[in-house]
Amino acid sequence: MSIKTYAQAIKDVIAEEMRRDDRVFIMGEDIAEQGGIFGCTRGLIDEFGPDRVRNTPISESAFCGAGLGAACAGMRPIVELMYMDFTLVAMDQIINQIAKTRYIFGGKAVIPLVIRGQQGVGRGNAATHSQSMEAIFMHFPGLKVAMPSDASDAAGLLRTAIRDDNPVMFFEHKALYTSKCEVDDSPDFTVPFGKARILREGKDITLIATHTYVQKSLNVADKLAAEGISAEVIDPRTLVPMDWDTMTSSVAKTGRAVVVHEAHRTAGAGAEIAAELSERAFKYLDSPILRLEQRRARFLSISVLKMPWYLRNRISTTPAKKLFTERDAAVLAEVNQIDT
Amino acid sequence: MAGTKGVRLDRDKALQIYETMNDIRCFEEKALSLFEANKLRGSVHLCIGEEAIPATVCSFLDDSDYIASTHRGHGHCIAKGAGLDRAMAELMGKATGYCKGKGGSMHIADLERGNLGANAIVGGGVPIAVGAALASKMMHADLAEQGKMPVAVSFFGDGASNQGVVHESMNLASVWKLPVIFVCENNGYGISVPQWQSTSVKDISVRGAAYDMPHATADGNKVPDIFKAVSKAVDRARHGEGPTLLEFKTYRWLGHWTGDPCVYRTREEVEEWKKRCPIKFMRSYMTEKGFASDKELDEIEARAAAAADHAAEFALSSPEPDPALVLEDVFN
Repeated sequence: MSIKTYAQAIKDVIAEEMRRDDRVFIMGEDIAEQGGIFGCTRGLIDEFGPDRVRNTPISESAFCGAGLGAACAGMRPIVELMYMDFTLVAMDQIINQIAKTRYIFGGKAVIPLVIRGQQGVGRGNAATHSQSMEAIFMHFPGLKVAMPSDASDAAGLLRTAIRDDNPVMFFEHKALYTSKCEVDDSPDFTVPFGKARILREGKDITLIATHTYVQKSLNVADKLAAEGISAEVIDPRTLVPMDWDTMTSSVAKTGRAVVVHEAHRTAGAGAEIAAELSERAFKYLDSPILRLEQRRARFLSISVLKMPWYLRNRISTTPAKKLFTERDAAVLAEVNQIDT
Repeated sequence: MAGTKGVRLDRDKALQIYETMNDIRCFEEKALSLFEANKLRGSVHLCIGEEAIPATVCSFLDDSDYIASTHRGHGHCIAKGAGLDRAMAELMGKATGYCKGKGGSMHIADLERGNLGANAIVGGGVPIAVGAALASKMMHADLAEQGKMPVAVSFFGDGASNQGVVHESMNLASVWKLPVIFVCENNGYGISVPQWQSTSVKDISVRGAAYDMPHATADGNKVPDIFKAVSKAVDRARHGEGPTLLEFKTYRWLGHWTGDPCVYRTREEVEEWKKRCPIKFMRSYMTEKGFASDKELDEIEARAAAAADHAAEFALSSPEPDPALVLEDVFN
């Protein structure tokens, strides 16, 4: 075990997997000499050379598509996108080609391809470099979707992704790169896909969160505890596959849930989680499952980017029991207002 | 992987290509009749009139080489070695098809023979071929010296030549010196839009200059012309010298798809091109060269027609996929 940053954990796993398997290589924008703008590939060129650490032209469609072709032909590519917002530039390749190839080939293609990069707010990168992209990729069958929320999960999930024989969309968060925690250094340390992590057990309410909102939800849970409310905090870790069993059991126990993420509320991952849990755990629910998002327009204004106040205020200033019973209607109205 | 040095369009090669062209022609005619009889559904894009290109290009390839094909992809699939029976079954969405019926006409693929699939997105297959070439170079660079590196052929049309990803892919292949042959099958129309309305250049091959790669235009209905151009390009790729852009001018006798009313072109134009039938041309070329007798060539044609009949019977009598398996094959 050692204490590592999220960025270091990612770099170490890429290097270890490249040492372990000659077929693993990485390509992307500014990843070679520069080591990626967040340092996730720093120094890899020195060890592995330009054949396996490839700077690409700024041609996201071409190099995502090339990743697919190389994977079909026996390599195990890691494609780095500088910002996951740029997936939008390569959408035909990702959705029409990468996600569908195995299926339309009747299962004959093996596609060990990881497309990874960072997303989200936190550095004032404005409208097209701060989005949360994950929901789009959950929607279309054929892609796995991972969302590590700390350095340990970054390491364990990335190793699983690289060893997986399917396309994986691996979403890092730019505000987490400098976060640190203890990471298992074992070369075979993996975190399985489809296994949610219960970070804190509770009995009154379930907070389901991803990326930076995992830590924020833990902070909220502390505050709620001081008010006598016991919150369970769950990080699904991967959205495809999703660990419905763990979340359903939790909601069956607590009867209340809030899904919290940075992405837009409408048709976000939270909407899917709320809908599915409503089907699975309807008879246990004491109130509708709520979705909280980064305020829709927030990242358009750089001045408010550093204000993780929303969730904290929303829940911690109102006792949760009250929030989800008598005041359900009022709270829903308030939450909805946030969107407009 | 076959080295190309010294590969000549001799009797054996010519016979092989002629057989493939006839297989494709008969297959396509049979597919059309099945479509018209409502036995085959969906979007079906036939390549009658364009057979010389896939047949000739793929005669340079073996199973270790890759192709990425287009929506008009039956010819490429057959030329890359697929059997007519399972190909027709795939068109009909049958369980015995190459993709268990999950691909259909627009996604027929045969990975065992290096076919990375037809592709229903115009230009969509081009970067995929580039990726296969990248894998080849990363895994088999040592074979370049002997001129035996596996290559990838990217088939695309004149319409695709205006897609951004095609340009990105050519640039990438050139920068990385990948063993790719970009083969533009220029049939003059992107669905209904003639080339002059959509494309800035008369010869699409000149765009190769923008990516610093050798490029050439040739008559896509004449096997010897195609053969010469491809021979050079494949040889170059196998020696690790990088990509080539080839443009072959041709014509599709039928509409863009089987239901196309073809209001955008005249009958005279179609008839004019039918006079330049690639199969007829090849037949007289082979006779003149003394490669084969009329009898031999007749036999090849008859065999192809019988094989297409057999393919239709096979496909018609094949079972539909089990609906219970519809969700299989999403993930490995």
